[in-house]
Amino acid sequence: MGRRRKESPTAGEVEEERPPYFFGAASTSMVRILAVSLFALLVRVLVALGPYSGRRRPPMYGDYEAQRHWMEITIHTPPSEWYRNTSSNDLAYWGLDYPPLTAYQSYVHGRLFLQPFVPDSVALFLSRGFESSKSKLLMRWTVLSSDLLVFFPAALCFVFIYFGRRIRRGRGDGSVTHEWLLAMILLNPCLILIDHGHFQYNCISLGFMIGAVAAILSGRELLGSFLFCLSLNHKQMSAYYAPAFFAHLLGKCLRRHNPILSVMKLAIVVLATFVLMWWPYLYSLDAAREVLSRLAPFERGIYEDYVANFWCSTSTLIKWKMRFTVKSLKLFSLCATVISFLPSTVQQIKSPSNHGFLHALLNSSFSFYLFSYQVHEKSILLPLIPASLLALEEPTAFGWLTYHALFSMFPLLRRDGLTLQYGALLSLFGLIYRLPIEVHGRRRPRIPWKLQTVMALSSFSSALLHLVYLIVRPPRRYPFLFEALIMALCFAQFVILAIYSNIRQWTLRDASPGFPSEKKKI
Amino acid sequence: MADLAWFWCAAACVKVLLAPAYRSTDFEVHRHWLALTSSLPISQWYVDASSPWTLDYPPLFAYFEFLLSIPAAIVDPAIVDIRNLGYEAESVVLFQRLSVVFADLSLLVGAGLIARRLSGGKRRLVYALILWSPALIIVDHVHFQYNGLLLGVLLLSLALLTEGRDLEGGLAFAVLICSKHLFAVAAPVYFVYLLRHYCSGRGIWRDLGRFLKMGAVVGVVAAVSFGPFLYHGQMKQVFYRLFPFGRGLCHAYWAPNFWVFYIILDKFMAFFLRKLGYPVEIPSASFTGGLVGSSSPFAVLPQVTPAVSLVLVIVGMSPCLVRVWKKPEPRHVVRWVSYAYTCGFIFGWHVHEKASLHFVIPLAVIAADSLEDAGHYFLLATASCYSMFPLLFGPEEYPVKLLLLLIHSIIVLSSLSPFFSGKVSQEDVPTTTTAAVGPAGMWYLAGFAAVEVWGQLLHPLLLGDRLPFLPLMLVSTYCAFGMVYSWTWQLRRILAAG
Repeated sequence: MGRRRKESPTAGEVEEERPPYFFGAASTSMVRILAVSLFALLVRVLVALGPYSGRRRPPMYGDYEAQRHWMEITIHTPPSEWYRNTSSNDLAYWGLDYPPLTAYQSYVHGRLFLQPFVPDSVALFLSRGFESSKSKLLMRWTVLSSDLLVFFPAALCFVFIYFGRRIRRGRGDGSVTHEWLLAMILLNPCLILIDHGHFQYNCISLGFMIGAVAAILSGRELLGSFLFCLSLNHKQMSAYYAPAFFAHLLGKCLRRHNPILSVMKLAIVVLATFVLMWWPYLYSLDAAREVLSRLAPFERGIYEDYVANFWCSTSTLIKWKMRFTVKSLKLFSLCATVISFLPSTVQQIKSPSNHGFLHALLNSSFSFYLFSYQVHEKSILLPLIPASLLALEEPTAFGWLTYHALFSMFPLLRRDGLTLQYGALLSLFGLIYRLPIEVHGRRRPRIPWKLQTVMALSSFSSALLHLVYLIVRPPRRYPFLFEALIMALCFAQFVILAIYSNIRQWTLRDASPGFPSEKKKI
Repeated sequence: MADLAWFWCAAACVKVLLAPAYRSTDFEVHRHWLALTSSLPISQWYVDASSPWTLDYPPLFAYFEFLLSIPAAIVDPAIVDIRNLGYEAESVVLFQRLSVVFADLSLLVGAGLIARRLSGGKRRLVYALILWSPALIIVDHVHFQYNGLLLGVLLLSLALLTEGRDLEGGLAFAVLICSKHLFAVAAPVYFVYLLRHYCSGRGIWRDLGRFLKMGAVVGVVAAVSFGPFLYHGQMKQVFYRLFPFGRGLCHAYWAPNFWVFYIILDKFMAFFLRKLGYPVEIPSASFTGGLVGSSSPFAVLPQVTPAVSLVLVIVGMSPCLVRVWKKPEPRHVVRWVSYAYTCGFIFGWHVHEKASLHFVIPLAVIAADSLEDAGHYFLLATASCYSMFPLLFGPEEYPVKLLLLLIHSIIVLSSLSPFFSGKVSQEDVPTTTTAAVGPAGMWYLAGFAAVEVWGQLLHPLLLGDRLPFLPLMLVSTYCAFGMVYSWTWQLRRILAAG
C-alpha cells in the first residue's frame, strides 16, 4: 500500500504537507481533550456491562455485595452504629472497614440512587445478596458518577497544570501530547477494571489524591492538604502516599521565611479536615478507637490471596505466617516499609521539586505495596496512579508497570468473569500507548538492546503464562501453582521498577517539557 | 497500513466490550441459521420451517453461515443443534459476537483499498468514519447483524471501480448481491456504468466481448450461489423466502423515509375530513399497532403497492442514470451508488432504518472532498445514527449509544474543517464544517436534542402511558426530514457536477 502511494503522488497529496496530525486536524486541544474524556467514559460504561465480583456466589458474594451492604447499613442505622456490632449491624458480614468518608459516600449513594428506585435492594437484613439487573445498573451508575465527579476533573486539572497555560491556546505543532497524557491517566486499564468491573470506588480516593497533587503543583498547598485528607478519609490505603506528601510539603515549608507558620497552617487544615470527617465519632475516645480498630484489621494476616509483594512472594521460602507471631510480623513490615521509603522522603525534604514529588509518590506507594502489612492485589493501583502521572517522563517504565500491574490482577479478574474485558482493555491501552504517530519527540527513548532482550523474554513468559493460566489445569498437588508463578514474575518486575524509580528520583535533573514555571517557584 | 490496522484494532476492542450488551432477536436468527446450515442438507435450507426465523438471505450468505458453523461446532456443539431454539449460553454469545468482530475484517480491506489514494490526514479520517461508525456499531455489535462484512464488500467493489478495475468491481458487486439482496438497489447504476464504461467505446466486437466477459463473471457468481437450488428445483421457494412482500409498506418501526410523510398526511387528512363531517373509516390495519397486514392501512390516500414504490425508486434514480450514461467517470462512482441506495431508502418497500448504512458508509469516503460534502455528511450521519437509537431501548445501552454519537460528532466536526481552512481566500466563504452545515442545519441538529429530551423525559412526565407510539413517531419523522434533505442534496450535487 505504502509503496504504491510513493509511485504516484496525486494532486491532493502535495497540498497536504503538514505535520502528522491525528486526523490531519489542527483542531483546538480542548475539543480533543473532550473527545478523550468522552471515550474514557464510554470504555467505563462498556466495562460496566460485564459481570462483577461475587456475582451469584452466596453466602458471602464479593466487593459488590460489600458496597451494597454498606449502603443498606448506613441508610438504616445512625452513624454511631456504623462501625459497631449491633442487633442491626453484624460486623461479621462485610462490616464497614473503610474510614468515614466511604460511609458517607455509601449513605449518599444509597439514598440518591438505590432507595428511590429499587427500595428492596437496600432493605435492612432482607436485601443480603440482592441482585437484579436494575439494581446492578444503579450500582454501576454510582461508580460512574463518582468517577465523573472526582477522578475526571482531577485528571483534567493535573494535565492543565502539568502543561501550564499553553494548553488553552491552540498549539501550532499539531502534536497530541496533552491528549496522550490524559488518555494514559483516564484509560488506566487496572483502575477501570477494578472500579467498573470488579466493583469498587478507588476512583474517589485516587481522584482526590490526583487533585491534591495538582493543587500542590500549582502552589495551592492548603487545598492540596485538604484534598489529600479527603483521600485518606475515603480509603486508609491512601496513607501509602503520606510520606511523599509529608516530605514534599515539609521540604517546601523549610525553604520559606517562616517555616513554623507554614507548617502550622498545613497542620490546622489537616486537623480541621479530620475533625470534620470524624465528627460523629469524636464524642468519646472509645468510639474513635472502635472505628480505628475496624480500619486496621491485623488479624487478617500479613497478606491476602496471591499478591505480588515481598511477604507473599518470599513465603514460598520462609513461611512467615507460621514461623512468626502477628506482633513480630507487624514490627518487621513496619521497619521494612520505613527503611524502603526513607531515601525518597529524605530527597524530597532536602530538595523538593515537582518531578521529585511525583517520583516520591511512586516510591513511597511502592514501598508500602511491597512491604507493608495486609496488602491486597488491588493495592497495585496505588503505585500505578503516580506512575501514570509520570507517563511522559518515564514512558517505558510506566508501560511496563501498567502491564505487570494488570497481569498481577489477572487471576482476580478471571475469577470475576472479566477475562474478555481484561483482554480488550489491555489491547486498547497498548494501542493508545503506541499511537501510530509521533506523540512527543521524547517519547520513544532508545532502549539498550540488552534491556530489550530481557524485556522481550519477560513479555514472552508472561504471554505464555496468560495462555497457560487460561487453558491448562494446574497439577492437583499445587492447585495455585500458576497464581504463584504470576505473582513471582510480577514481584520481580515491581522490585526492579521500584529500585529504578528511586534511583531516578535521586538523579533527577529538572529539564522536562512540563512545569514551565518550576524554576521560578523554587 | 499501520494506521489502518491501528484503527481496526482499536474499534475491535470497543466492539469486543459490547459482547455482554443487549442483543435483538436477530442474534437468535443468525444462531438458528448456523444450526440450519450445519445440520440440514442444502436442499432443506430454504424449505425448513423449524423456527419462525427462516433463512431469508441469499445463498452466499448461507454459505458464510455454513463456514462459521464449522468452528461453532468445535466451540460448543449445542450451538449448531437445530432443536436448540433460543440457545444463549455464554459460549454462543461469545462465539457469535466475536464472529461479527472478525467479519469486520472485510471492512478493513474495503476501507483500506478505497482510501489508499488519499493523503494521510484524510485517509485516517475515512478510516475513523467507517471503522468507528456509531450507527454500524449499534446495528452490528449491539443489535446483531453482519452489515460490516457486506459493507466491506461494497467498499471493495467501489474501490475497484474507482481505480478502473471494472471487471473485478462487477464481480465484487455480484458477490454482494448474492449475499444480501437488499444491496441490489444499486444494480441499475452498476449496470449502466459498467455498460458505458467497460463495454463501450472500443468498437462493436470488443465491446461485445467485454459485455460477454462481464456477463460470464456475474453468471458464474450467480451459478455458484443459486446453482444448487436450481438443481433441486427450489428457485421459486428461494425467491419466496427472499422477497416476502406480504410484509407491508413500512416496518413496525417506520424507517425515516418518504412514506413517513405520506402516512402522516393521510392521518391529518382523515382527521380534518372527519371534522368537516365526511364519513372516513378508520382503517383496521394500523401502523402504530405493529402488525401490518395486507389490507390498506390508509384512510384517505390511495394504497401503495410494491410496484408503485419500485417505480418511484427508478424514477428517483433516473436523473443519476442519465448522468452515468452520458459521462461514466470513475471518480463519481461512489456518489452515484450512494445516491442509488438513498433512493431505495427513501421510496423503497418495507425499508428498515438499518438500510441507511448502505449510503452513509460509502459517503464517508467523499466526506472530505469539499466543504459542502463535509457539512452534508455530518447532517446525514447524525440523522442516520439517531434514527437507529430506538433499536437500543434498554437503560444499560443508553449511555453507550449517546456517547458513540457524541464522540463521532466531535471527530467529524473537529477534523473535517481543517482540510478546508487556509485554502480559501475570500473572507465570506465558510471554512468550518459548522459554517457549511449552515444555521438551518445547526438548528436541525439541535432539534435532535429536543426530540430526545421529549422522548426520554417530557413525554413520560407529561403524558405518562398515553400515546406510547408518539416518541418513536417523532424520531422517525424528524430523521425523515434529514434523510429527504440528504436525498435532494445528493441529487442536486450529481446534477451540478459535470
